[in-house]
Amino acid sequence: MPETRKGRALFAPLAAVLALAYPAAAAPAPQRVVSMNLCTDEMAMLIAAPGQLHSVSFLAADPISSVLAPEASRYKANHGQAEEIFLMQPDLVLAGTYTTGATVDLLRRLGIRVEQFAPENSFDDIRAGLRRMGEVLGQRQRAEDLVADLDRRLAAVKAGDHDGMTAAIYYANSYTSGSGTLIDDVMAKAGLTNIATKFGYAGMERLPLELLVLSDPDLLVTADRGYSAPALAQQGFDHPAFRAQAALSGAVDLASRYTICGAPFTAEAVRLLSQGADARKAAPK
Amino acid sequence: MNDARRYQMALAALTLATLILFCLSLLVGPAGIGFIDSVSALFSERRDAIALIMQEIRLPRALLGLMVGATLGLSGAVLQGYLRNPLAEPALIGVSASASLGAVLAIYTGLSAVFPPALPLAALAASVVAVLIVQAMAGRRGSVLTLILAGVAVSSFAGAMTSLALNLSSNPFAALEIMFWMLGSLTDRSMTHVWLALPFMLAGWAALLTLGRALDALTLGGDTAASLGVDMRRVQFLAVFGTAASVGAATAVTGAIGFVGLVVPHLLRPLTGGQPSRLLPTSALGGASVVLAADILVRIVAPERDLKLGVLTAIVGAPFFLWLVWRERRKVA
Repeated sequence: MPETRKGRALFAPLAAVLALAYPAAAAPAPQRVVSMNLCTDEMAMLIAAPGQLHSVSFLAADPISSVLAPEASRYKANHGQAEEIFLMQPDLVLAGTYTTGATVDLLRRLGIRVEQFAPENSFDDIRAGLRRMGEVLGQRQRAEDLVADLDRRLAAVKAGDHDGMTAAIYYANSYTSGSGTLIDDVMAKAGLTNIATKFGYAGMERLPLELLVLSDPDLLVTADRGYSAPALAQQGFDHPAFRAQAALSGAVDLASRYTICGAPFTAEAVRLLSQGADARKAAPK
Repeated sequence: MNDARRYQMALAALTLATLILFCLSLLVGPAGIGFIDSVSALFSERRDAIALIMQEIRLPRALLGLMVGATLGLSGAVLQGYLRNPLAEPALIGVSASASLGAVLAIYTGLSAVFPPALPLAALAASVVAVLIVQAMAGRRGSVLTLILAGVAVSSFAGAMTSLALNLSSNPFAALEIMFWMLGSLTDRSMTHVWLALPFMLAGWAALLTLGRALDALTLGGDTAASLGVDMRRVQFLAVFGTAASVGAATAVTGAIGFVGLVVPHLLRPLTGGQPSRLLPTSALGGASVVLAADILVRIVAPERDLKLGVLTAIVGAPFFLWLVWRERRKVA
């Protein structure tokens, strides 16, 4: 088989260059992975081969924040502290880019490989994040399957005819999500216009109750309502003005676990919003 | 004669200022509604967006500013007169922090969700305990120093317990609310809060306002006051209960707002000829003006930040407090 040999000879230097440029791609797949961020927890649980993932953060087992809470009980829980993670002797640590910066620095100084993942702010980010996780864990095919699953689920949601319908998301402490956020993309995929984007908000910003009432959205989406322990943060949902507006708009309560982190299950949020918008259109104004 | 006239003028001016600030408070907000629209919406029967904003968002906010400010000014004036101590104030002697603790325990255990009056009641109970502890520590002829030290101790303990209770909550938002309980805010309070606090505040005000004559007599010293027929036990009960009920209810719905009760009576004392009975109504009006003004400023300075009220009152109040301490020190030396 001269051709193959020739091909191998040709590609060998290229492979070496690639190995230098992308050590992750060439290194053998990690065998003892510890994740210390909810979003990397969920992605790793979806992608890792059996036995490859050793520990996930304690948040992964919280049914309010995590879609994969039942699965999380199969792994050891960690609390994102350098000492406990070091003692687990991982060959790879997965972390987020925003939190636990000091811990990540310390782990790297201790000689542990740490891969950081930025939060996903759009469905494109989700696809890129899944593929990178596949690369890092040496499970590219699994990652591609998940991306295909996401696209299939998105296509299955009939974006419907929601032309000109507006939606507002209202979190605890009267926060909302503007442009450049995952929920903004979720609304767009459901065929809705985000009123926070209309106000020129970018990222998470406070939406004063007055402005929410004034903007009179067609669909009022709430999140963060699932906690059983009381806090003032949720009092906004009981404010008489908010309740009056919720009665005027269509109302959808979106479990935050679908949108805190991006994954194929985020398509469920699109489906819920689209369904809410359909119901709103059918109801007499 | 001259004094009486000056007092009447001060009373009239403060009433006018409070009225103007109350109206301004109704007109300031992110929604930017015109003057005529706002006023007509305030009395409108239709439940459209603007009426909703005016009646359910801005009206309770302005009312609570008025009520909480009056409570803080009035109780500050009474405490200073009753304890004959220029540094007495609900926040400084630990009443506000303790009321916060009571309210926090009622809210975060879920008790107030089942039985709403538990919120002001718990705050009231905690405030009574705080006043009694501070008073017992400072003694009848307590010096400024012992009173402040006891107040600091009670405040820090109540503050630490509040933080602990919030940190232990399984709700991740609870821990962030320490700021609200320490600094106070009127943002997005509703008529529910007004109705919850009002009865307790009215009872507290009634108790405090009856003390005017007794406090006048007390300026001559405790023994002289007693010989003039002042029932000291009754005065103590009314001062403690009135402060605890009104400040407790105020703190339960808006968090602890500091320094108003300290600064306002001091600023107004020269206008009242040194008579506590005159200081009480003027301080109530002055306190209302200060809190309403601070709440308007909060909305103008940083509308998108939900700045806490206590930040503004402390910016004005803390330097004033330092100046008072400085003056006290010179007096002692």
